[in-house]
Amino acid sequence: MRDTSIKKVLVIGSGPIVIGQAAEFDYAGTQACRSLHEEGVETVLLNSNPATIMTDKDIADHVYIEPLTLEVVEKLIEKEKPDSVLPTLGGQAGLNLAMALDEAGFLKSHNVRLIGTTALTIKKAEDRLMFKETMEKIGEPVAPSEVVHSVEDGLRVAGEIGYPVVLRPAYTLGGSGGGIAENEDECREILENGLRLSRVHEVLVERSIAGWKEIEYEVMRDSAGNVITVCNMENIDPVGVHTGDSIVVAPSQTLSDKEYQMLRTSALNIITELGITGGCNVQYALHPESFEYCVIEVNPRVSRSSALASKATGYPIAKVAAKIALGYTLDEIKNAVTGKTYASFEPMLDYCVVKMPRLPFDKFITAEHLLGTQMKATGEVMAIANNFEGGLMKAIRSLEQHVDSLLSYDFSELDDHDLRKMLHRVDDRRIWVIAEALRRGYSYSEIHQITKIDEWFIDKIQILVNMEKRLHQESMNETLLREAKRIEFPDNVIARLSGYTEDEIREMREKWGITAAFKMVDTCAAEFEAETPYYYSVFGSENESTGATAVGPDGKKKKKVLVLGSGPIRIGQGIEFDFCSVHSTWAFEREGYETVIINNNPETVSTDFDIADKLYFEPLTAEDVRNVVDIEHPDGAVVQFGGQTAIKLTADLQKMGVPILGTQPDDVDAAEDRERFDEILQQTGCQRAAGHTVFTAEEAKKAANDLGYPVLVRPSYVLGGQGMRIAINDQDIDEYIGEINQIAQEHPILVDKYIRGTELEVDAICDGHDILIPGIMEHIERTGIHSGDSISVYPSKSLTPTAKKNVIDYTERLAKALHVIGMVNIQFIACGDEVYIIEVNPRSSRTVPYISKVTGIPIVPLATQIICGHTIRELGYTPGLQKEADYYAIKMPVFSFEKIKGADISLGPEMKSTGECLGIAKSFNEALYKAFQGAGIQLPKYRNMVITVRDEDKEEIVPIAKRFETLGYKIFATHGTYQALTAGGVKCFQVRKVEQESPNILDLVLGHELDIVIDTPKEGAEASKDGFVIRRNAIETGVNVLTAIDTARALATSLENRSEELHLIDIAKLDEEKEANA
Amino acid sequence: MDAFLILEDGTVFKGTSIGAEKEVISEIVFNTSMTGYLEVLTDPSYAGQAVVMTYPLIGNYGICYEDMESERPWLDGYIVRELSPMPSNFRSENTIQNFLKQNDIPGVSGIDTRALTKLLRDKGTMNGMITTKRYHKEDMPALLEKIRAYTVTGVVMKTTTKKVYALQAENPDGTRYTGDQEPKRVAFLDVGAKRNMIRLLQRHGCDVTVYPADTPAETILSQNPDGIFISNGPGDPKENVSIIAEIKKLYNSDTPIFAICLGHQLMALATGADTYKLKYGHRGGNHPVKDLSTGRVYITSQNHGYAVDPKSLDPNVAEEAFVNVNDKTNEGLAYKGKNIVTVQYHPEACPGPQDSRYLFDRFMKMMEEG
Repeated sequence: MRDTSIKKVLVIGSGPIVIGQAAEFDYAGTQACRSLHEEGVETVLLNSNPATIMTDKDIADHVYIEPLTLEVVEKLIEKEKPDSVLPTLGGQAGLNLAMALDEAGFLKSHNVRLIGTTALTIKKAEDRLMFKETMEKIGEPVAPSEVVHSVEDGLRVAGEIGYPVVLRPAYTLGGSGGGIAENEDECREILENGLRLSRVHEVLVERSIAGWKEIEYEVMRDSAGNVITVCNMENIDPVGVHTGDSIVVAPSQTLSDKEYQMLRTSALNIITELGITGGCNVQYALHPESFEYCVIEVNPRVSRSSALASKATGYPIAKVAAKIALGYTLDEIKNAVTGKTYASFEPMLDYCVVKMPRLPFDKFITAEHLLGTQMKATGEVMAIANNFEGGLMKAIRSLEQHVDSLLSYDFSELDDHDLRKMLHRVDDRRIWVIAEALRRGYSYSEIHQITKIDEWFIDKIQILVNMEKRLHQESMNETLLREAKRIEFPDNVIARLSGYTEDEIREMREKWGITAAFKMVDTCAAEFEAETPYYYSVFGSENESTGATAVGPDGKKKKKVLVLGSGPIRIGQGIEFDFCSVHSTWAFEREGYETVIINNNPETVSTDFDIADKLYFEPLTAEDVRNVVDIEHPDGAVVQFGGQTAIKLTADLQKMGVPILGTQPDDVDAAEDRERFDEILQQTGCQRAAGHTVFTAEEAKKAANDLGYPVLVRPSYVLGGQGMRIAINDQDIDEYIGEINQIAQEHPILVDKYIRGTELEVDAICDGHDILIPGIMEHIERTGIHSGDSISVYPSKSLTPTAKKNVIDYTERLAKALHVIGMVNIQFIACGDEVYIIEVNPRSSRTVPYISKVTGIPIVPLATQIICGHTIRELGYTPGLQKEADYYAIKMPVFSFEKIKGADISLGPEMKSTGECLGIAKSFNEALYKAFQGAGIQLPKYRNMVITVRDEDKEEIVPIAKRFETLGYKIFATHGTYQALTAGGVKCFQVRKVEQESPNILDLVLGHELDIVIDTPKEGAEASKDGFVIRRNAIETGVNVLTAIDTARALATSLENRSEELHLIDIAKLDEEKEANA
Repeated sequence: MDAFLILEDGTVFKGTSIGAEKEVISEIVFNTSMTGYLEVLTDPSYAGQAVVMTYPLIGNYGICYEDMESERPWLDGYIVRELSPMPSNFRSENTIQNFLKQNDIPGVSGIDTRALTKLLRDKGTMNGMITTKRYHKEDMPALLEKIRAYTVTGVVMKTTTKKVYALQAENPDGTRYTGDQEPKRVAFLDVGAKRNMIRLLQRHGCDVTVYPADTPAETILSQNPDGIFISNGPGDPKENVSIIAEIKKLYNSDTPIFAICLGHQLMALATGADTYKLKYGHRGGNHPVKDLSTGRVYITSQNHGYAVDPKSLDPNVAEEAFVNVNDKTNEGLAYKGKNIVTVQYHPEACPGPQDSRYLFDRFMKMMEEG
């Protein structure tokens, strides 16, 4: 029964997107908040991440985009006086904060309780020792292990248990700092790191169960003690690879009922003993040749896996968990999918789900590709099919990493010796290596021996490999094509292998009636009629999706719009685009449209089945989209909200005869095509840095010398500055062009003169006649650093009135010249009064959620309404730049460098951050302080820092160093910097460079008592390798590394402000505040 | 080779022949379990029926003989989306393809099992024919008439043990019983039993004597058992008129009785209640059942096409003890003034959730107190 004493609930979100904690918590939090709202509960939301849907004022009653620190949450509880805190929806960050609150006695003294789970439960699941004791009490096996608090103890225990051992730091997310140690040296290294990263300086040393099957169960329990499992999942990659980096299939495929039920019963016993009320994830290692198993870990909260399980089954875990937290029992909660049955049942799948991780190695070329217990994926894709082969093929092409089959990575050049070596490597290309091994006739058992991947999966890869061969060798016929489509070979791959064109293959399919059919995800394997229009495609089946169009209140058929999602979360295209897709969908719905979403990311709100009228969980390729279009016949598609993923499909949609709503594709092309865009600039009188479009390295060098170095080199049609670099000489150009060609050879390359100045960004809405600019954002870092990696300030601070006028003017001229209907994002460089255009993107951008929230202007809904034919004036807005807010909002990038071994952390034109947080306050300094706090830069600690800057920065660093000195910092500097600082009157100590004898700068870094390293790398490819070792070591030991002089200055400002009291701002009440002030 | 499933309404599904190549007419039912296909194949309750598996990938872990729920498969036919070409499990001793052939079970693979399931859900359980023959259009009306005429009959006597046998008590791990207490003596009336019911009784420390379905009550009662267990089984419960009469005598004996599935239905019929055929039955491992005595909900394993009509219960004789949360059908009865508990679902699991094993403990307690 509903506990009616719960009236006001504080929901804690998970903060910025980092590896190991991504969009899934926005999905969970949003679902939970909507669920609480349904029950009439007043919600207070705390999350530092402005790109989330959960921080919308339509989702929660009170929204605080503030740092997730103890100080903030205490202040928030005092201010808002909630009666309860729901901590299980914000991932590890939310859970840790709740624990800190409880430990500090704050909850008790303020008469606030934790709902969803108790502190004791969290402790039993998270505290290694208590967890072990709890498992022992109920007879659930865990791998022999011991908790240690020092390196010495750790080495002793490892010696006793025997190598290899797994090391797991307590209270970290995504397995940060953990790893498998084969010997004492490795053990020592991981221990040192893990102890430091653990919130409680605690590491578990455990028997290695690497190579066992990794199986997960998602379990739910209510306050009456009713328990169910939502789903189980089998990792194709056995224990040893983090489940977030594994290819995962649901349900398990190689477990008999005995094994399945043994682990299921165990999971139910565990959730019961822990006393969890809500959702929980239990991970097992199952011996591949016996019934022996170990419990690996339990997450007493919703998780990435639970988001996956929700999407895989249709069972809304977060929504049900929220209802349970309010006191409902499972048999009182309706199954929203069937509308007939109840939440107290277990979903039955009549299909097969395959999840693949989206790994960021394309962004971090220098990084190690190896996978281990430390999660590295930034996102994931999910595919649904009625056979495993098809699921895998669909998942592969959903990744958007230029892969479409098991042929996409070519290992045919390797000799057998090297291929076997590759089989031993556990990396992101392993299934492609296995495919090559199978092509050469390696036996299943040999591949299994090396990889420990179950032979059932190897057999499936063999089936795909056989089909490649058949398509290549046999003449095309109906049976062959039917079979190829059954296991989801895309037309382009079939065409390539069989020597036909893609169009010819499609014609054959049409002739033979081999077309995609859609099946419903209904939680119950068709046992009950379902109401949710959640579909996936299969070949060779009856179609269940009628494509019917709903009738509006006027009795006429509604107009139907296709909204394309943005696929997996990756660096450069994150959760922001899901925010945009979802808001656009809602706005279309309000405009009376029937909405259809296609997306493949299980972590997102957009793939929740009740967001659009219809959800198609499909890869975002032209062929897959066409399948949906052929059924749904939409009146139009909107591509400007789905990031580059959607934009890339524009031409194909046009070919299918689907009108593009809003800005027309030809105009988008005009903005992207160098020559056409130059024409528009000329015609509108806007200036930009001089530049050229080239195709080869030779042309690029000619262009660069023509313009004069330094120049910016980048491929066109990419997002997040992928492949963008600053080159200072011909050699750099050669190197960059080589790299660019690997990622995007089909498009031209742009070479621009590099202009140093202040970077500005504007997101504007245009109705073809008027424009609306919610605000101008200014970057703290000077040009040369990707906008996504820069600290962004709203409203702009240093802009001259003339420059501001120019920005408004240029925006208007360009938006009109490009016939923008909807959104446009423009980036500028300002040098004094002069303003240059960097680029114009006639689409929604990364900053839209941020600027929407801080200005209170619902940008995406407005743009959508305009796409539907409304005008800015008609919607009640005055065109032009909107009145600036009387507070500052600062967006701070957040990185996950410590998780990607070998990644270069120096900032440049290529985006590297995984997420962002916001600092919002009346004063610039307080906002900046909050932003740094939110990003986890909570200083000072040891008051030691290292400064080593390139020659160009030596003058500028002196006053900054002085400020750190005043803040009490002891400054170490390398030779040149030392001289500059000393000459400038800063007291500092000289340290030797890495290549010099010990003790040198590296020893200082590894001494673990540094707060900050300021290391500005020289521009150019060669020079930037120099400080690489220091930066890597610093980041891996938890030191804050700043690679831009402007960031360093901002940090000093932030620390100087530290003593001031924090004021919390309710974003949802900004309008009221504004009105009150007016 | 092509194979066809011809439903009594004339719908034809074309697929590939699996197992034996013989023609069979049967009642077509669907099961939603994602694991446990061998347990399903060997559950005697499917005698007279052909089973559609809604999970599309069957045979993944091969055949692990120790998981068989009786000595052979009893169903008439098997219908799947896809049989795994290669099984993988450390216990696997055979492929499902061979197993079906060796046991002379015909089947069809490669058909749209979801479309078929939806049809059975919407129209109710239907008869159908599995065949590799191609019938001419003009032969269809006669064929459909023949298919429609089929009824499941005589299946209890087909599946029950032919002779009485005894099994000794065991420890929970399956070793020979070493407990302090004298083993309880359970008379087990086999009306088409799954092995795991007997195994669980043994492992609860019971000596079990298994009797054929047509055993007179006097024979059982003359042995003075501590408790009587009536098993699951196939077919329409009302068909078993003489067995029901004997069960009435067992009811009158005041011996503690625990009955599952068909046993539950027979006891209800024996005490004057009525049963009816469900539209498409409950077959799978995910049905929520509420224990009305505690309010707790358990996920259960189910396999039944008939149910006891709670409206037909004499309130002085029995009351509902368990109900299905989804469709509110009866899932179990408690008998007034009697030491008798009967459930419709399968606490012995195999396949399916083990959450209701506590009912075996409850039976032990009933015998203790009995």
